[in-house]
Amino acid sequence: MDSKTKAKKKFFKGNAFLYIGFVITAAMLAMIIVSFFWTPFNPTEMDTAAKMAGPSSVHLLGTDNLGRDILSRIMKGAGTTFLISVCVVAIGCVCGIIIGSLCGYFGGIADAILTRVCDTITAFPAILLALVIISITGGGTMNVIIVLGILFIPSFARIVRSEYARCRNLNYIESARLMGASSFRIIFVHILPNTMAVLLPAITIGFNNAVLSEASMSFLGIGVKPPAASLGSMLRDAQTYLRNTPWYAISTGIAIALLILGFSLLSEGLQQAARREE
Amino acid sequence: MKKITALFLAAVLAACALCGCKGTTPANTASSDETTASSGAAATEIVVGIPQDLDSLDPYQVGAAGTREVMFNVYEGLVKLNPDGDYVDAVASSHSVSEDGLTYTFTLRDGVKFHNGSEVTTDDVVYSFETCAANTVNESVKTAISVAEVTVSGKDIIITLPEMNSDFLAYVSNVYITPAGYTDHATAPIGTGPFKFDSYKVQDSFVVVKNEDYYGTPAALDKVTFKIFSSQNDRLNALQAGSIDLATHLTSDHVAVIPDTYTIMDATMNLAVALYLNNAKAPFDNEKVRQALWYAIDIDKVMNMAAGGGVKIGSSMFPAFAKYFDASLADNYSYDPAKAQELLKEAGYENGFTFKITYATEYEHPYGDMAAVIKEDLAKVGITAELDPIEWNSWLSDVYQGRNFETTLVGFDTSVLTASGMLQRWTTGAGKNMINYSNAEYDETFEKAQKAASDDELQTSLYKQCLEILNKTAANVYIEDLPEYVAINPAFTGYEFYPLYILDMSTVRPAQ
Repeated sequence: MDSKTKAKKKFFKGNAFLYIGFVITAAMLAMIIVSFFWTPFNPTEMDTAAKMAGPSSVHLLGTDNLGRDILSRIMKGAGTTFLISVCVVAIGCVCGIIIGSLCGYFGGIADAILTRVCDTITAFPAILLALVIISITGGGTMNVIIVLGILFIPSFARIVRSEYARCRNLNYIESARLMGASSFRIIFVHILPNTMAVLLPAITIGFNNAVLSEASMSFLGIGVKPPAASLGSMLRDAQTYLRNTPWYAISTGIAIALLILGFSLLSEGLQQAARREE
Repeated sequence: MKKITALFLAAVLAACALCGCKGTTPANTASSDETTASSGAAATEIVVGIPQDLDSLDPYQVGAAGTREVMFNVYEGLVKLNPDGDYVDAVASSHSVSEDGLTYTFTLRDGVKFHNGSEVTTDDVVYSFETCAANTVNESVKTAISVAEVTVSGKDIIITLPEMNSDFLAYVSNVYITPAGYTDHATAPIGTGPFKFDSYKVQDSFVVVKNEDYYGTPAALDKVTFKIFSSQNDRLNALQAGSIDLATHLTSDHVAVIPDTYTIMDATMNLAVALYLNNAKAPFDNEKVRQALWYAIDIDKVMNMAAGGGVKIGSSMFPAFAKYFDASLADNYSYDPAKAQELLKEAGYENGFTFKITYATEYEHPYGDMAAVIKEDLAKVGITAELDPIEWNSWLSDVYQGRNFETTLVGFDTSVLTASGMLQRWTTGAGKNMINYSNAEYDETFEKAQKAASDDELQTSLYKQCLEILNKTAANVYIEDLPEYVAINPAFTGYEFYPLYILDMSTVRPAQ
């Protein structure tokens, strides 16, 4: 017990990345969770009287071109972006682990083929592929999640595969095999926990990429459908009114920056912590 | 990773800094602009900012409306459009139409000179008609002119048509008179207009100077420089810096950031903006549903929120075409959600319905904004509208040509200014009848109007009846003609708006 708390202290101590990342992410998450229950104004309600109003005590970040409260929209928009990113990473991570573990553990021809397929997909810039697919299937939140989710599979699969390929001939796996453990048990009970050191940073980086991809796609107008707000689509709106309401673009941009910065630092911190443990 | 984070932060900071700059420029440059305005004491030279390059200087190769409006100052037809929407004599001194509407007689004006000094002859006119019929890129002009037979008798040019065309004068105004055999228009255009060509630098400027030999009222300005900007944003920067004297086609968002050293004039964009309804698709095949939709939408609010003003239209005609515009139609469906619900109930949709509003992402402002406002209004009567932004090319192929849509937000204009150009498209079976509107009374009235070419008064009243039918049957939910603004240096005055894309510099003069 004593050694565990010590380990925890050591975990944070001297690891500024982890600490700051944790604080920023926690703050953003708190804002997002609050937005599900409460926002200062209804984010789609239009106030005829207050069109493009500057920041004031009523509207802390002012209003947009249709008189909607920008703070409320950022809160809701960050929530949308966050939820999409979580789903995307979940799809990518789960499928990636399954494919990667099977390939890495068993090897063989199936491994060779799947790995090449993954390589081929990674060879294209993800956002470009996503654009092509979305312009065929049509936009909308669901489509964005599915397309981005699928495109995120290869990066996870590769990481997981290399870990499994490394682990499968280690002594403790050999022992488990000799003791008669099934392949399923070895894959998910013995090896999977040992891949966490590389998987966790990969998940946080993947989350960053998902936020950016969603924002870019909505910015290009093929992501979330209006009048629902996501950070990307808001930035797109704000761009048109850069001269009239600069605070709109600035506050939306800062929200995206914070969301990504928090997770980047968290991932950097996790990697440092992992290195230190070794 | 650290590097990436650092780069990202730097980018964000840079973006913020840029925003900051843009926010403060108007204040900084207001003083320098005053000097520009006062130094224009001579004020016989003007700089006009145009938001795109010219596609061709050749009168028959001009496709872009933005080019045509500039070349209006250089080229003229036998007749030309005036600010009221009438076609008045230009290179011709008079014109007449026969009883049956098949023969047009134009008398050549005496002493009209080309910019190269030679006098305009009937040969030049015949040449121009032939060249136009053979070469013009404007398909509707080509169709109208190529069937006409042009003969000359003394000073008269007699044009015979195989069948009546009530809009023929409008097409004649598009046949620019140029010297016979002259083929160098692309580099040195020659016409008969109030200004003559001086120089053209690609992506930079197009300069015209006063035509001293002009037969009509000569221009007050000695020199007009059309400064070409590659984007609307660049042009706004120039306005903020005070380096141009005149800019047209501005929206209310632009005007909000233009320094008040400019005089702002307002007019309309000459577009019939509406929520166009696919009359062939349920529930929009039901007149009551269409009317209910109109009652349920607060048109004034849509206009104010999404476009910053404008003029309500109530039908498929824009207000600047005053001869046919009927302002009273716009008030027939004042905002009344209770009445809308009543109509929905009568139509059997008391529980509302769900439909899509399609619009092109390129025109998100104002159409996407309008859709968002409409969605809020319709929710109050139980109708769910889904916004469906698509790419402009998909809009053209799926919505405009394929007619595969429920409702769409867009504005319609006309390339040749005629009432029938705006109204023919809604007749049953017309190729451009995107909304599948079919109304026997409308078809009949339109047909009668077409045949009444020799009786202008009757024709006008029949066209107005057509507009009334569109309004009465709520063919579409008509919204407005969007506001459009012109910013002009107060040292100049006299700018006139036309009901078509025209930038007439001949009426602009120094303010003193």
